[in-house]
Amino acid sequence: MSGDLAVQVRGLRKAFEDVVAVDGLDLEVGTGEIMGLVGPDGAGKTTTLRMLCGILLPDAGEVRVAGHDAVRDPEEVKARIGYVPQRFSLHRDLTVNENIAYLADLYTVPPGTWTARREELLEITQMAPFRDRLAAALSGGMRQKLSLICALIHRPQVLLLDEPTTGVDPLSRRDFWQILYDLPRQGVTMLLCTPYMDEAARCNRVAFLHQGQILRQDTPAALRESIHSRIFEVRCRPQHLAREMLKRLPLVEGVEVFGDRLHVTLRPEAAPAEAWRALREAGVGELAPREVEPSLEDVFVAMGGEVENRKSEVGNGEDGESGGTGVSPILPSGEPPPPRTGETPVPPGGK
Amino acid sequence: MSRLAHLIKKEFTQVRRDPAVLRLILIAPIMQLVLFGYAASNDVRNVPVAICDQDNSADSRQLAEEISQSRYFHLTPMAGDPRALEGLLLRGTVQIGLHVPRDFHRTLERGQTAQVGMYVDGTDSNNATVAAAYLTGLLRARGVSLAERSARAAGRRGVTMPGIRSEPRVWYNQDLKSVNFMVPGVFAMILLVLTVNLASLAIVRERETGTLEQLLVTPLRARELLIGKTVPFALMAMFDAGIIFLLARGWFHVPFRGSMALLFGMALVFLLHSLGLGLVISALARTQQEAQLTAFMVVMPNILLSGFMYPVENMPVVIQYVTYLIPLRYFLQIVRGIFLRGVGVEVLWPQMAMLVGFGVVTFAIGALAFRKRL
Ligand SMILES: Nc1ncnc2c1ncn2[C@@H]1O[C@H](COP(=O)(O)OP(=O)(O)OP(=O)(O)O)[C@@H](O)[C@H]1O
Ligand SMILES: [Mg+2]
Repeated sequence: MSGDLAVQVRGLRKAFEDVVAVDGLDLEVGTGEIMGLVGPDGAGKTTTLRMLCGILLPDAGEVRVAGHDAVRDPEEVKARIGYVPQRFSLHRDLTVNENIAYLADLYTVPPGTWTARREELLEITQMAPFRDRLAAALSGGMRQKLSLICALIHRPQVLLLDEPTTGVDPLSRRDFWQILYDLPRQGVTMLLCTPYMDEAARCNRVAFLHQGQILRQDTPAALRESIHSRIFEVRCRPQHLAREMLKRLPLVEGVEVFGDRLHVTLRPEAAPAEAWRALREAGVGELAPREVEPSLEDVFVAMGGEVENRKSEVGNGEDGESGGTGVSPILPSGEPPPPRTGETPVPPGGK
Repeated sequence: MSRLAHLIKKEFTQVRRDPAVLRLILIAPIMQLVLFGYAASNDVRNVPVAICDQDNSADSRQLAEEISQSRYFHLTPMAGDPRALEGLLLRGTVQIGLHVPRDFHRTLERGQTAQVGMYVDGTDSNNATVAAAYLTGLLRARGVSLAERSARAAGRRGVTMPGIRSEPRVWYNQDLKSVNFMVPGVFAMILLVLTVNLASLAIVRERETGTLEQLLVTPLRARELLIGKTVPFALMAMFDAGIIFLLARGWFHVPFRGSMALLFGMALVFLLHSLGLGLVISALARTQQEAQLTAFMVVMPNILLSGFMYPVENMPVVIQYVTYLIPLRYFLQIVRGIFLRGVGVEVLWPQMAMLVGFGVVTFAIGALAFRKRL
């Protein structure tokens, strides 16, 4: 089985002076798969990717990327991966072309090979007109595209992307994904950190990272189905009054504002009619509730809520039973355990 | 090999686009040359000297005559009593008081070393030091010729070499021109200043701008990175050394009596040390500003303690011991030795051995501090 795994991480741990950034992380990504890594700020996403690249030494754990040990043979791993760091990491005082040539040469790609590749990548990203512009003079979105081009110039087997489309406009993001979608067909495996749930939804599988641990990992569809709370879209007036009311009801898990609508998450056992009746009695009019499919964002929010609950429980109980191993599932009781990670779905066009 | 070449090419492209670094490489050496070649000239002119001549012999009178002839000294009315010299010095009327004792002539005639008392006003220590050194040089030259004459008169043939006791501090710079002393010094100093400053920014700059992350993730070996980060600076420093050499010869007319190959070869050895120093700073500093401040703090004492401006012999004894730890000191002795005295390995080998030792050790420490991790 391990032969088909492009990324294999076991018991990965990294602590800085006062924080444990990655805390016993297990992760497997199959060859040709697009894996999304989502989690709140400071969850440990960047730290994890840096250890996968072999540029940060883990405190403990095993890391195999593209068939090599990232701790013992980091240079072997580096030759086979492409990495787009979260922070723009190319030389601002070099032009687009110069940056590409510089990296291609550092990867010892024969010039005859990479010039053709460069033209192809500049074409798809629509960066060709800016090839002689200094990187400092590029817009945020162009910089990210340039980072991607540079990470792909040596045809890596594994592509590690750290929030590559943050600060990129929706149109450019579409270009960006156009390139990414093409890669699994060429056998490229991708591990992508992203704060955008619509991007997570484009991945074959998604892992939720929280305080250095993976809480859940599954296909986007399975994750959505795991939500047992029901979600309603409600138009009503006056909106602020409705929101205040709903927040106070015990059967309501959460309320979010989406323009002129509210997204109301109700507890699985709750009867929706009760909530609407309470609203009408309080004088809220023009009520039009409509049940909607949970999105990944709802899963993310729900997961955050569960973590909060667990924290307060641990705090009250003070028996510390859930401290330590940190593997207890953060799921409502009765929830089936998450599917085994080995059974990776075959990506579109994969072998 | 080609990726190393590309790394080096990239460094040069970046230097070409960075006005601050360009200034450092192109303008700083010229500025230092002008500054130390002209403005901070240590040449002394018309230093007031008083002589208390108790011997009053032909020899002592001739000595006074020669001092008054020199354009460096101005002889003020003589004091009859050695104690009056102190008063002249205290009042600032003279900067140097010379006491020629009664037995001056006789001692010389006996073929022994004559003692001459010299009192120096140390308030303007630099000026006084140089003036005193010049006077000592003059005394020594005078003493030797006097002694030779007496030796001939006594029918001996210079078997013993008596004279006036003095420190032969400036004997290799016979025309007593400080420019000859300072310009070769600038040659040595600029190599230190330039490479420590550039190398100290090498890594921390990439760390601060974020490009280190991208660089580390390439399969470039740590060894290649080390070479790629130091060779460009070594080339730029050697370029500056060449410019200074040409200006020293063509503009300042500093004599050059030694071997050019040896001079530039030793410059390369010295660069091992200065680049290693810069790399250590770069690996330890977290910001460019921190690196620059550290570089400044390292370079300043190096220059002060090396004998670049003030002779090591004039420093307190404890400090003199400290100067043995300053590689620039050895390099300065080598550079001045090659320029002015035309000596080579046969004379300078102790300094060269020390310089090679320091170069290898510092660069090794720099290389160890240089890891390919975040
Ligand atoms: N070099 C470092 N020194 C000290 N602490 C660090 C360092 N790098 C990361 N951390 C800490 O480790 C934790 C995880 O950081 P990390 O950058 O991996 O989070 P992240 O998930 O990438 O967050 P974001 O979404 O904001 O990028 C944070 O608490 C952070 O403060
Ligand atoms: Mg991050």
